[in-house]
Amino acid sequence: MSPSKPEPKPRPAPIPDAETEPYWQAVNEGRLMVQRCTVCGRSQLYPRWRCLRCRGEVEWVDASGGGTVYSFTVIRQNFSRSFRHLIPYVVALVDLDEGPRLMTNLVGVDPDDVEIGMRVRVKFEHVSDEASVPLFEPA
Amino acid sequence: MSKPNRRAVIVGVATSDYPNLPDMSEQQVHAQAAERALADAGVEFADLDGYATTGFFPMFAVGMCEYFGIRPHYVDETNWGGASFEVLVEHAATAVEAGVCDIVLVTYGSIQLSAMGRKLGTGGGTGAPAGPAAFDQLWGNTLVGSYALAAQRHMYEFGTTSEQLAEVAVTMRAHAANNPMAQYRDPITVADVLSSRMIADPLHMLDCCVISDGGGACVVTTEERARDLRKPPVYILGGAHAMTHHMGISQMPEVTVTAAAQSGPLAFRRAGLTPADVDTLQVYDSFTITVVLSLEDLGFCEKGEGGAFVQGGRLRFDGELPTNTDGGGLSACHPGMRGMFLIVEAVRQLRGESVNQAPDPKIAVAHGTGGMLSTGATLVLGTEVP
Repeated sequence: MSPSKPEPKPRPAPIPDAETEPYWQAVNEGRLMVQRCTVCGRSQLYPRWRCLRCRGEVEWVDASGGGTVYSFTVIRQNFSRSFRHLIPYVVALVDLDEGPRLMTNLVGVDPDDVEIGMRVRVKFEHVSDEASVPLFEPA
Repeated sequence: MSKPNRRAVIVGVATSDYPNLPDMSEQQVHAQAAERALADAGVEFADLDGYATTGFFPMFAVGMCEYFGIRPHYVDETNWGGASFEVLVEHAATAVEAGVCDIVLVTYGSIQLSAMGRKLGTGGGTGAPAGPAAFDQLWGNTLVGSYALAAQRHMYEFGTTSEQLAEVAVTMRAHAANNPMAQYRDPITVADVLSSRMIADPLHMLDCCVISDGGGACVVTTEERARDLRKPPVYILGGAHAMTHHMGISQMPEVTVTAAAQSGPLAFRRAGLTPADVDTLQVYDSFTITVVLSLEDLGFCEKGEGGAFVQGGRLRFDGELPTNTDGGGLSACHPGMRGMFLIVEAVRQLRGESVNQAPDPKIAVAHGTGGMLSTGATLVLGTEVP
């Protein structure tokens, strides 16, 4: 008898704080937002108190949802009960069209077909009754 | 300018036993390494007025002072991840040169292998996804995965190959073969690396460091104090550290350019030297890609040429740039924050004590990398002041 594998757990849900709560609230409503500088127009994520370029005030704006794969890896070993049943899966760094770089999972694509420079588009997945996460799939 | 007689030197180094210490506590590993480094220097605990270490809990250095029964007036526990010990020695050098203290003991100890098993890197335990950290912690990325993201991008931008990365692992294993304490000593080939299990593309199992128990220690003092001690001093000629991001690699401006691009040139400038002056390099090898990136960023070759640079036996102890001559973290010992081992081996090379001795080296560099390619710290060491 081989030992039984531990039961899979759901994906982890984000734990918002005062600064990230608007972002995760929007994601749970199916919208991707970035923080944009009201002075120089640069966008950033994760959210900060001020613009990292000019220290100007920032505001939340909707992002287009489009992006480009900057790099990726195919995870083939992870003992986490939230992820081991998903192996092999793609972890990617995606450059949003607005500029900020997000870590995410690429879904709806064979891991062997993923390439740097690939155009991708956001999609949302519920991970609990109150939370969702932004995943990306080929555009 | 420091007064000449207060110039900072390293007078004692040691590792603890490694790589398997199932019957030792973390504190005992520190203590064993400390006792050996003090004996190597010819210094007593009672002589110390400075102490430095770092760990994963706040006030860890204070706890170690209590454990050792010492009450130094200089204590440092700067945490720069795996590069911490290069920073702690840089700080200690500054402190002794400024006259803040005279003799600083720096220790490291870990029982990671015995306490946690082999889950570092792929254990999935990345902490609660709260606040900024959530942006990188929801995707099942692993420690190996973060370095894989850098390796994949390096291959895309510069044409670096898995065969070139494998060459780093093969060289470290060849060095480990001559280190009786090394965790893995059987020779491997490029083909062995490429056929080992893929952990996170493009990094195979043999592109990844080993997971070990172990520790080390060194003693920093002034040139003046060193005159009465057992061994010839090794001069701390220059040191610098830098960071690019914390634990989420999405915040690293370019994953192919590490903090070494900042710490390296600054450390060389402070030493009045260049990479061309370096006779041996002890560089953090958490993964094969870490070595390639560090070689480029420290200035041993141009950006993008690291893959070609490591080929042809250049990093072997009898090659052009003897590197990680104890077998490195890839084969000898990697207890989590390996930076101390780099300093120990650099000093041993300069003293002619290495198991893979380079021919009469005068200048050595120890360069640590910490976190998820997050931090870097460079020390330039020499047998004399150039």
